[in-house]
Amino acid sequence: MVLTTPMDRAQGRARQSSDPVRWLKPLLFGLALLPLALMGWDTVSGGLGANPIESLIRRNGDWALRFLLLTLTITPLRELSGWSGAIRLRRMIGLFAFFYATLHLAGYVVLEQFFDWPAMGADLLKRPYITLGMGCFLLLLPLAITSTNGMIRRLGGRRWRALHRLIYPAALLAVAHYFLLVKADLREPILYGALLALLLGYRLVRALPGRHSAAG
Amino acid sequence: MLIRRAADIRPSEITDEKVWRARRDFLRLGAAGALLLTSPARAGLFDSTPEPPPGRADFTGLNTTWGSELKANSWQEITTYNNFYELGTDKADPAQNAHYFTPQPWSVAIEGEVARPGRLGVEDLIARHPLEERIYRLRCVEGWSMVIPWVGFPLADLLKRFEPTANAKYVEFTTLHDPQRLPGQQRAVLPWPYVEGLRMDEAMHPLSLIAVGLYGRMLPAQNGAPLRLVVPWKYGFKSIKSIVRIRLTEQMPQTTWHRANAHEYGFYANVNPAVDHPRWSQARERRIGEFLKRDTLPFNGYGEQVASLYSGMDLTQWF
Repeated sequence: MVLTTPMDRAQGRARQSSDPVRWLKPLLFGLALLPLALMGWDTVSGGLGANPIESLIRRNGDWALRFLLLTLTITPLRELSGWSGAIRLRRMIGLFAFFYATLHLAGYVVLEQFFDWPAMGADLLKRPYITLGMGCFLLLLPLAITSTNGMIRRLGGRRWRALHRLIYPAALLAVAHYFLLVKADLREPILYGALLALLLGYRLVRALPGRHSAAG
Repeated sequence: MLIRRAADIRPSEITDEKVWRARRDFLRLGAAGALLLTSPARAGLFDSTPEPPPGRADFTGLNTTWGSELKANSWQEITTYNNFYELGTDKADPAQNAHYFTPQPWSVAIEGEVARPGRLGVEDLIARHPLEERIYRLRCVEGWSMVIPWVGFPLADLLKRFEPTANAKYVEFTTLHDPQRLPGQQRAVLPWPYVEGLRMDEAMHPLSLIAVGLYGRMLPAQNGAPLRLVVPWKYGFKSIKSIVRIRLTEQMPQTTWHRANAHEYGFYANVNPAVDHPRWSQARERRIGEFLKRDTLPFNGYGEQVASLYSGMDLTQWF
């Protein structure tokens, strides 16, 4: 039997409260569910507009892309701010990207096509934006599956990191998917494309040979 | 007894608050998810209970001369879900930006291959033509559709008034170019002003309509006030809004979407389930207010009236 004194517990609490991840994580979790809550509210209150199906699919797609880019922001944030705690938020943010991507895809399968498999098969073959979107989801799937501590252990750090580089092509596919479905107003796809270019450009510059010597 | 029994519960049997809170959150999440999928039907979003249009009718005593058998979309649906890039590119934008656009005073110039070119105020135009109600299907190139009770008169009646010459082969329509009143024109999303066109026989076809109202009301800004074209067998982008100029020409007009992307938008743009848009299928459509898609009809269901205009034409080439 382990005996803990009130003093031990007080010290434990002090250690915990000095770690911002402890409160940041539940806060982010709640915030990340807000888009879903808003969609739920708009659905019941009639706030989705004349084409609720289109609205739900778009909003889930938007949030999937936003969380995907947010996941890619963690490493630069950690390196530039020097705050190593950021890395402990990454898995949750990445899983939210997958969560909204799954709702986005479910919206297409259930609401848009209502399980019309031949129509979806034709879309997949003939419509590049559907092909790219599905490709993106298939790249995210193994990342979500191998996101648990057990899977990281089983794969080993090196193989796990190699596998999770799939996030880069996935993000490129997601932005390309958006570009290809817009008719004329490219503002938003360009914005997301620029953010992704910035995030990938950062990694490219960092990986350049001679950077360390130049930095002295 | 009761007190004793309560005391019998060991602390380990009581669910930790964190755990039951997490369980509740999980259940709530599940309920929200279920709501998301099933509530449109329960909330009545899909049974399109018609809501009356606001205010009093501007046009009364109208005869419904076409489409009385069709079930029209609601005023709300028709006036809040619009493609009118001059008032914003999101479909909710035009209704929200409608206050920028005052369509008075307004006149339309009729020029080109006509014996008597001229300019006509919109009030004159309305006064000189007997108005009728026509309930038409509208099929957007994006794959959705509506049924709209327009108020208007045949385009042919207007054109005849200005006596088209033998050289008149096409009709070119132009939307107002005024970036103050139509702030969407401050960005070059499309080459402004918006231009559309019809072949002369299409323009003279009795189904081609100049609309000045819907649901007995004057057209709201977002629907193309004060007057617009309605060609029900063509994709919606052909039905140009807020017209200021009608020019009859010998050459085929250079239409806006064709200029923006010739590969995807042709001059004819007849509704055709057999010819896909390069990026999406045109075989089916979602009628606004319905859950399941319906089959798209050739010429949007007006083939009996208009198919003969295109006999001998390869509609895959002339999309």
